[in-house]
Amino acid sequence: MADKTFDLIVLGGGPGGYVAAIRAAQLGLKTVVVEREHLGGICLNWGCIPTKALLRTSEIYHYMQNAKDYGLKAENVGFDMAAVVKRSRTVARRLNNGVTHLLKKNKVEVIDGTGKLAGKGKVVVTKDGKEVASLSAKNIILATGARARALPGLEPDGKLIWTYKEAMVPEAMPKSLLVIGSGAIGIEFASFYRTMGAEVTVVEVLPRILPVEDEEISAFALKAFKAQGMTIHTEAKVSKLAAGKDSVKATIEVGGKTETKEYDRVILAVGITGNVEDLGLEGSKAKVEKGHIVTNEWLETGEPGVYAIGDVAGAPWLAHKASHEGVLVAERIAGVKGLHPIDKRRIPGCTYCQPQVASVGLTEAAAKEGGRKVKVGRFPFQGNGKAIALGEVEGMVKTIFDEKTGELLGAHMIGAEVTELIQGYGVAMTLETTEQELMHSVFPHPTLSEMMHESVLDAYGRAIHF
Amino acid sequence: MTIEITMPALSPTMSEGTLARWLKKEGDAISAGDVIAEIETDKATMEVEAVDEGTLGKILVPDGTEGVAVNAPIAILLEEGEDESALKDAGGSAGGGGTAAKAEKPEPVAEKQAPQESKKGEASAPATEAKPAQQSGSGDRLVASPLAKRMAQQAGIDLSKIPGSGPHRRVVKADIEAMIRGDGKAQAASAAQPARQDAAAAKPSAPAPAAKSPTLPDDLLPAYEEIPHSGMRKVIAKRMAESKQTAPHFYVTMDCEIDALLETRKALNARAPKDGPDAYRISVNDFVVRAAALALLKVPAANATWTETATRRFSRADVSVAVALDDGLITPVIRDASGKGLAAISRETKDLAERARAGKLAPEEYQGGTFTVSNLGMFGVREFSAVINPGQGAILAVGAGEQRPVVKNGALAIATVMSCTLSVDHRSIDGAVGAQLMQAFKRLIEDPLTMLL
Repeated sequence: MADKTFDLIVLGGGPGGYVAAIRAAQLGLKTVVVEREHLGGICLNWGCIPTKALLRTSEIYHYMQNAKDYGLKAENVGFDMAAVVKRSRTVARRLNNGVTHLLKKNKVEVIDGTGKLAGKGKVVVTKDGKEVASLSAKNIILATGARARALPGLEPDGKLIWTYKEAMVPEAMPKSLLVIGSGAIGIEFASFYRTMGAEVTVVEVLPRILPVEDEEISAFALKAFKAQGMTIHTEAKVSKLAAGKDSVKATIEVGGKTETKEYDRVILAVGITGNVEDLGLEGSKAKVEKGHIVTNEWLETGEPGVYAIGDVAGAPWLAHKASHEGVLVAERIAGVKGLHPIDKRRIPGCTYCQPQVASVGLTEAAAKEGGRKVKVGRFPFQGNGKAIALGEVEGMVKTIFDEKTGELLGAHMIGAEVTELIQGYGVAMTLETTEQELMHSVFPHPTLSEMMHESVLDAYGRAIHF
Repeated sequence: MTIEITMPALSPTMSEGTLARWLKKEGDAISAGDVIAEIETDKATMEVEAVDEGTLGKILVPDGTEGVAVNAPIAILLEEGEDESALKDAGGSAGGGGTAAKAEKPEPVAEKQAPQESKKGEASAPATEAKPAQQSGSGDRLVASPLAKRMAQQAGIDLSKIPGSGPHRRVVKADIEAMIRGDGKAQAASAAQPARQDAAAAKPSAPAPAAKSPTLPDDLLPAYEEIPHSGMRKVIAKRMAESKQTAPHFYVTMDCEIDALLETRKALNARAPKDGPDAYRISVNDFVVRAAALALLKVPAANATWTETATRRFSRADVSVAVALDDGLITPVIRDASGKGLAAISRETKDLAERARAGKLAPEEYQGGTFTVSNLGMFGVREFSAVINPGQGAILAVGAGEQRPVVKNGALAIATVMSCTLSVDHRSIDGAVGAQLMQAFKRLIEDPLTMLL
């Protein structure tokens, strides 16, 4: 059995953990990653990446179905579900191998097993019930991620009632699908299955879908999804799921009425909960609240030398947030100077539905809280030449500025490729530009990015093309 | 020939101060002896008088500038017959002024040199020093984010005075916000030294969740007003925190019966002349100050303070008296309090307290002291414990004299009792010594005639 001393032990090899380990190794720390299942974590194996592969399929399928809009002929358009899933898994595996290689290249040791805190600066690793390693280090990063949250009465069975994991590897296309929860995960699957032809119903307990997004974006998305034929119930609740032989009876409370409907499959997407169990936290000063480990702005837990990053440390549950936190903690441990805590308001969020949604910063409502005066700019895809050429005229770009200082407070986009555009506003925010620099920046023509310029101009009443 | 007016030293130890306010403006005629400006140090405001006469040609250091080094030029005086054109070559010919030690540029950059010249590294020094990118302000580019520039302009803040905490010392929004809040320097200093934050963050045993962090979003707080730190507030914060963090305090409480003292006080005050230079009105606190001073002489081991190399045992009892001000407190010193009579102590305390409230104490009037008396009796406080002034070894916290049941000769009786709590720095003074001091103090207070001995 290995019994080794390191500078840093990372529990979990997802986008938080493996990035933290690589950065730590770059800074000369002797680092080990303990991973129980697969390097790359949920993101790479069962989350961000494989879903993007699936959504790419549905996007191309959508274009093929509408080929005549582009003067093309495509007849007998169809799909092979097994091949679609296989492509998605191949993409995940390829990246998984990539992470393995990167860790090796950076001389990060990887231990296969489940790690657990075992006293100050100690971690014990078990595999199949047997202890395989005993590690010690001054610094330990908990990056164990999260899993789908189950609600009482709404538990997944892995066959008919799915979480993201089963939803990613369907054996066949369900005819009807109920998606519970309209956050990013729920909406992406709803969009995928709807585009592939399923009858999709989305139930959201809050008054609007994509509840963390700006209200205008939520409303825009709702309209678009309904036009695609989705059924969407907001301020509604699924109170019971009864799995039958090959379908599920769902009791849905909506608009004061209770109705029971039958669906082939159900996807539970009602949030996630941190993997805080069996980490050995009980004996430590680290605290767990609402399923997540409590940290300060430097990601320190209550236990000296123990940090928590990524999903297990709480919202926003985004891979890029986890990675960034991993780098910050690694640099802090290594004594890098001039570090700053992460400003969570500057973390962009992307949802890869059709149309795509992307945002960074405050929503208009949040920006106006406390009486702040704002300037809001909007620009529609209809006013953009490239969007029209692409045949993607559905969407808008909204920007919110502080009226007094000209600070870019928030940017919200919906439409084709906006997930690739949002970084521009993210950089602008991080550099603390005002409307002036954005107005003076030259945006290339013809691109969708011109709408980002126009939206800024519109906030100050100067939009040219609308 | 123009004359440079330089930052005066208000005390032998002063190395920098705040130019609080100009009382004359550019173009005003100045006669020798005119009060031209007010200078603030940690605790006092002093007036600057003109030595020469002429016309105030140019103010180099504007109102409210902090950290102005002693001897740095603060204004240029035009002599009779000179006009503004003389200002142009004032810099080059400044040497002729004689008083100008280092007046190269008539720019308000003087304060930047201050921390480097200051021998005692003030808290602000590390932040301001390491700032080559913004040193001269003459032609160098200011490194600041566009948002920071605009916010600084709107808030009327000189960007060149802000130490940037962003990449390559770029001034960012957070720096401006910190400056507006009034803790700009502290912010920058901590950003420059993450290691120190490590230590601080590791200390609290609680997990320091987001709720406790300085980045608590405002929307979780009720509306608040931000009161910028005055120089005094900063000094109090620094010194009190330093004391509690470095000096291990222990406390000795003693109940003193003061019926006899009150009788004596009444008798003495009854003899006081109504007015004139000999008038007096002795307070209970005056007795306390004198008793404390006499007790310190009786127990010299308690009249001591800790230094890293040795314990300093003082030969004289200089008693500081805590005086509450509107926005802080100050401790003027009754020097050699054991050598002064009650009337003298009373008059001196009254005079110092009045001038303290007016902000007119000279530094030597509140610096030093070997022991402090803090009295909250007038608020009806029964007893409390005080924080030792750094540089001293103990402080006496005095409560209200109040009638309490006491047991005398096996029977209940009523006495006027005053509880006093001594806070002691255990590094230099042990428990038994503290107790002896309180014992001596109690004897003097309870038998006030012995204070005459």
